[in-house]
Amino acid sequence: MCLGIPGEVIEILTDRPDLARVDVSGVKRAINIGLLVEEGIKPGDWVLIHVGFALSKIDEAEAKAAMDFLEGIGKAYEDELAALRDSQIV
Amino acid sequence: MSTRQEVAAPSEKEQQVLDRIERARRRRAKVKEERITLAHGSGGNATQTLIDAIFLESFRNPLLEPLEDAAELTIAGARLALTTDSFVVSPLFFPGGNIGDLAVNGTVNDLAVSGARPLYLTAGFILEEGFPVADLTTIVDSMRAAADAAGVSIVTGDTKVVQRGKADGCYINTAGVGLREHPGRLGVATVRPGDAVLVSGPIGEHGVTVMLARGELDIEADLVSDTAPVHELVAGLLGTVPGVRAMRDATRGGVATILNEVARAAEVAVVVDESAVPVGTEVRGASELLGIDPLYVACEGRIVAFVDGSCADDALAAMRRHPLGERAAIIGRVKEDPPGLVLLNTVFGGTRICDLLVGDPLPRIC
Amino acid sequence: MRFVDEFRDADKARALSAKITSLCEPGREYKFMEVCGGHTHTIYKHGLEDYLPENITLIHGPGCPVCVIPMGRIDDAIHIARRPGVLMTSFGDMMRVPGSGGNFFDSNAEGTNIRMVYSPLDSLKIARQNPDQQVVFMAIGFETTAPSTAMTVLRAAKEGIENFSVFCNHITIIPAIKAILDSPDLRLDGFIGPGHVSTVIGCRPYEFIASDYGKPIVVAGFEPLDILQSIYMLMLQLKEGRSEVENQYSRVVPWEGNLTALRAIAEVMELRPYFEWRGLGFISHSALRMRDKYAKYDAELHYEVPGVRVADPKACQCGEVLKGVLKPWECKVFGTACTPETPIGTCMVSPEGACAAYYNFGRFTRTRVREASIS
Repeated sequence: MCLGIPGEVIEILTDRPDLARVDVSGVKRAINIGLLVEEGIKPGDWVLIHVGFALSKIDEAEAKAAMDFLEGIGKAYEDELAALRDSQIV
Repeated sequence: MSTRQEVAAPSEKEQQVLDRIERARRRRAKVKEERITLAHGSGGNATQTLIDAIFLESFRNPLLEPLEDAAELTIAGARLALTTDSFVVSPLFFPGGNIGDLAVNGTVNDLAVSGARPLYLTAGFILEEGFPVADLTTIVDSMRAAADAAGVSIVTGDTKVVQRGKADGCYINTAGVGLREHPGRLGVATVRPGDAVLVSGPIGEHGVTVMLARGELDIEADLVSDTAPVHELVAGLLGTVPGVRAMRDATRGGVATILNEVARAAEVAVVVDESAVPVGTEVRGASELLGIDPLYVACEGRIVAFVDGSCADDALAAMRRHPLGERAAIIGRVKEDPPGLVLLNTVFGGTRICDLLVGDPLPRIC
Repeated sequence: MRFVDEFRDADKARALSAKITSLCEPGREYKFMEVCGGHTHTIYKHGLEDYLPENITLIHGPGCPVCVIPMGRIDDAIHIARRPGVLMTSFGDMMRVPGSGGNFFDSNAEGTNIRMVYSPLDSLKIARQNPDQQVVFMAIGFETTAPSTAMTVLRAAKEGIENFSVFCNHITIIPAIKAILDSPDLRLDGFIGPGHVSTVIGCRPYEFIASDYGKPIVVAGFEPLDILQSIYMLMLQLKEGRSEVENQYSRVVPWEGNLTALRAIAEVMELRPYFEWRGLGFISHSALRMRDKYAKYDAELHYEVPGVRVADPKACQCGEVLKGVLKPWECKVFGTACTPETPIGTCMVSPEGACAAYYNFGRFTRTRVREASIS
């Protein structure tokens, strides 16, 4: 339920297509991608890794949407702060 | 906007419990276990308790009490530093070194941070029956090379052999003697509010390298141990910066353990900025993967220095002048309150306590 | 680190915090429970409560599989480990959980061989490399981890590995959430839903929380911004009078879950009629055991564990803390008899237990901490 970390798939092992080497911030490990057979994992994909297994393929579009929302909130906040700063009542 | 940042004190009940905890922390140490466990060797709370309750209790004398990295002796007018260390690393050979250079560098560093010029080392070997002589030769050759690089001589030693199954191949014990040339007084008791905290380079490299080298975790990384003699870096610091209060060799238990030891010994607060602590990308990646915190992971060639606040920039410059200190950083400040605690200003902007762990950081699943 | 650092940005946190505060009705108290231990850990590790207004309280739930293992099961594991030729393997966070006679480290001091592993696959590898040893894997975790255990058993079967077995302690999250919802002591406004369990079970299983109990639930990621955004989404639901299941962690959690994973679990494991949860008592259909088809990989059968039910020490109030009824410092033994060095209950042992998190990270009064860090 917990420690899952995103990693990038570097290669699928030729003799064992259920295993892939992933890169997590420069650190590499072979993990089992057998739980994602339906997704068709290929090098360049990002996956969520938990105890040596890939549990989910990270949806980059959703990640971007999440970031966009956060950026939007951040921008609105800054705009409001700026407005507060710049507004003068008297 | 009213956030917890502006809220009043906790409820009376909560405060009572917090006070009780503080009193318990200050109480006399006692070892509750009947048998030694691995936690007693990890450098964290269990180790501290063992040292206080068993060793200090029995051996107590004014020279031992400061419990610094080396003891300060004065013999017939000569100011000496004396230290001892044992090396039980597994595996014996790892990227960046082996148990041999670890032994030499570790001992040299304990002397250096005590303000002493390292001079002479002893080397005692406990060898396992069946251990390959070729491996022993490699280790010993590394020790000679490390000793040459550090300008020390190994002047006496001992050898024992134990039955197959004991000693994990090879254990090494060392003692080191140096001349205390730094005129001032160094020691954690001198640390005071306003002091700056520096670290000489990226943390956690040795510990993560060794953990990965054990091969059980199947993780590959381009990491090497940071084992190195820091006596020149230290000399450069002491030679140019007058306000150095104390230095420590960040080994087992990592930087966080040292900060906690100092906070408790000097009864001050140490406040660290997480974003200022240098951590290499791979150490970070491996730590995230395993769920451990690099602040608690061993280094073998890094020092933590406490200097007078006004000298912080000079100290940083002095460290950076030496190749081993290229990525030195000022990571925090000493404050008066809350005494005995280490606080971390997180990357995220919150603040939390950075306490001593009970034992080794355990890789988490969750 | 991609997909991690962006979700740890302090400026965005402040912005979210302002939005959350703007949704608060003056004078109203809000209580949200984060079920998952990983969320508790993030909250404390990043000092997230500093970003929330005074009237929002986070209650820490029982979603820490390490925290809810009954002492009797630890004793059973040690019983197995003591058998000649057994090499037991376990995740790191189990090593310090106390049974009635000590934890795995204490047990090793008395001669057992219990080793830490990162993955059940590592355990299988050890079995392959040590044919003379009986390798047992102590399997714990929710539905997040169960598929990995299941896949490992399937692999063992495929390779014909004979010296490997699993001591299965996997538990399921929905019965725990239901127990919380049915508990008369609690009044919650919503749930921060478990992120990684949901990658396996999807979001549908939570629908009953919204429809039958009328509570909003937002499935949340594990970075600080994920949790803040989830709280924002909960507050928005409350403000708009909705109670729905929402997925904040959509970059990782598919609404339908992972069918392959669910199939793997179903192939290898089945629900136990009931299982004891530390602090919550017996909950029916809340845990997994190996199916008869895979009995040869079931350590519980091989080694005939004593299966003794060990009651919690009288002083232990973990149950109430796990349900969120008590705050850590309200437990009678918190900080005195029960500390990280001498934990009585699992809330203190696991790094994500509410008590450990509070003791290690949050215990100093927040105002003094802020003063010290700002100046």
